[in-house]
Amino acid sequence: MGNIRVIARLDIKGPNLVKGIHLEGLRVLGKPEDFAQYYYEQGADELMYVDVVASLYERNSLHDIISKTAKRIFIPLTVGGGIRSIDDIKSVLRAGADKVSLNTAAIKNPAFIREASRKFGSSTIVVAIEAIRQLDGTYLAYTDNGREHSGLEVLAWVKQVEELGAGEIVLTSVDREGTGKGYDIELTKMVATAVSIPVIAHGGAGKLEHFQEVIKDGKADAIAMASILHYDFITHHQSDMESRTEGNVSFLKSGRFSFNQIRPNNLKSIKKQLLNDGIFCRP
Amino acid sequence: MNSRKKIAIIDYQLGNLFSVKQACAYLGEDPVITTNKEEILGADYVILPGVGAFGDAMHNLESLDLVKPIKEFIASGKPFMGVCLGLQLLFTESEEFGRSKGLNLIEGVVKKFQSSYTNGNALKVPQIEWNQIYETSNNSWQQSPLKVCERGDYMYFVHSYYVAPQEDQYILSTTKYGEYTYCSSVIKNNIFACQFHPEKSGKIGLEIYKKFLK
Repeated sequence: MGNIRVIARLDIKGPNLVKGIHLEGLRVLGKPEDFAQYYYEQGADELMYVDVVASLYERNSLHDIISKTAKRIFIPLTVGGGIRSIDDIKSVLRAGADKVSLNTAAIKNPAFIREASRKFGSSTIVVAIEAIRQLDGTYLAYTDNGREHSGLEVLAWVKQVEELGAGEIVLTSVDREGTGKGYDIELTKMVATAVSIPVIAHGGAGKLEHFQEVIKDGKADAIAMASILHYDFITHHQSDMESRTEGNVSFLKSGRFSFNQIRPNNLKSIKKQLLNDGIFCRP
Repeated sequence: MNSRKKIAIIDYQLGNLFSVKQACAYLGEDPVITTNKEEILGADYVILPGVGAFGDAMHNLESLDLVKPIKEFIASGKPFMGVCLGLQLLFTESEEFGRSKGLNLIEGVVKKFQSSYTNGNALKVPQIEWNQIYETSNNSWQQSPLKVCERGDYMYFVHSYYVAPQEDQYILSTTKYGEYTYCSSVIKNNIFACQFHPEKSGKIGLEIYKKFLK
């Protein structure tokens, strides 16, 4: 076990940071740059932007967010969502991303992973995998936020992804994402022990205990999280938020949704907890 | 008028030069990204960044006719910095895909980490993590851009290959990855080069650039 990376994941729609809340659809939380800046100050090891809609006409605002981020934030930035071609990768890197994550395009055409990693270097190419557990206990890879079924079995797919030259894998449990019930340990362990490239676990982080579980038992090389950080930022910067964003954050106070599954926390305490648990990371 | 420093970032069509430029811009500088010999030789500072394959990089440097200007610039004694692949290219040769010849400004070989299992824990390759740098008895950090660092500071690394200098005298820092203790930065006269990415290592990384561009 090396040094674990703690990654803040920001889902983006148009100019906004959004978060899918289990069974309740997307909420606008605010401006991604503000959240990103705060996470940078708090010691995030990396940032990950995912364009959740990835429609062509909203592409400019994504590029705008990337370049604003790259001017002020000096940690690695991975950008994903709707990247379909070598030209798409080029334009996102030129805007200031360090790595790109591929999902749909890689599943439709696995050779794209090889082409992209040869051209930009393996370390620039992350493959995103959206896994859903089946009734028989196997996992299948999906696309479009778990809406489209690819027919690929996760275990076979990750081995192929490594073979094709991807530098790392970001593994999302669609079942757990946004629920706060904890990472899918079984899924993470299955993937992390099957490949020799780093695996980033994502989906389900709700409280501090979840992190050491997915690292020690799930063998994750890095952990990504969203809601747990976003809700903390919003609750502590509420006054800033109201004046600066269009974010619809009143739901956080309403108690109407299953907020109790997610105990908001900041990166400093998360890292402190990891160190207390004997897990190495940049303090 | 206080003229700005002339900083050239060498573009050999590989990797992401943008982040190195952003780091310099953040410090108030206005570097050029260039393949132009005159611009390189006329610069006060030259930075050789890079992500990607060693062989491709050397091939591009050669076909863009950049090998000679790089060597001439270094011979001039002005400050030169290599980052990541820009460190590896300074060495004699790389084991990547057979053998590729490097710039041979520092004698030594570029080798690959072997992924392995120890006590049920895997050594993942590439190494993608924030890892610590340590001073060695060969060189004090006082006279280098690492002067701003403390022993054990964390830097962002992403690489599958590492440099093994023939002589210890150029090793400026070492880093541990699994069973490996390897050279994570070198210093040789006016050359400073590091395996980690200071432009992606937060505030301390920016301090390294500031010190290099002093």
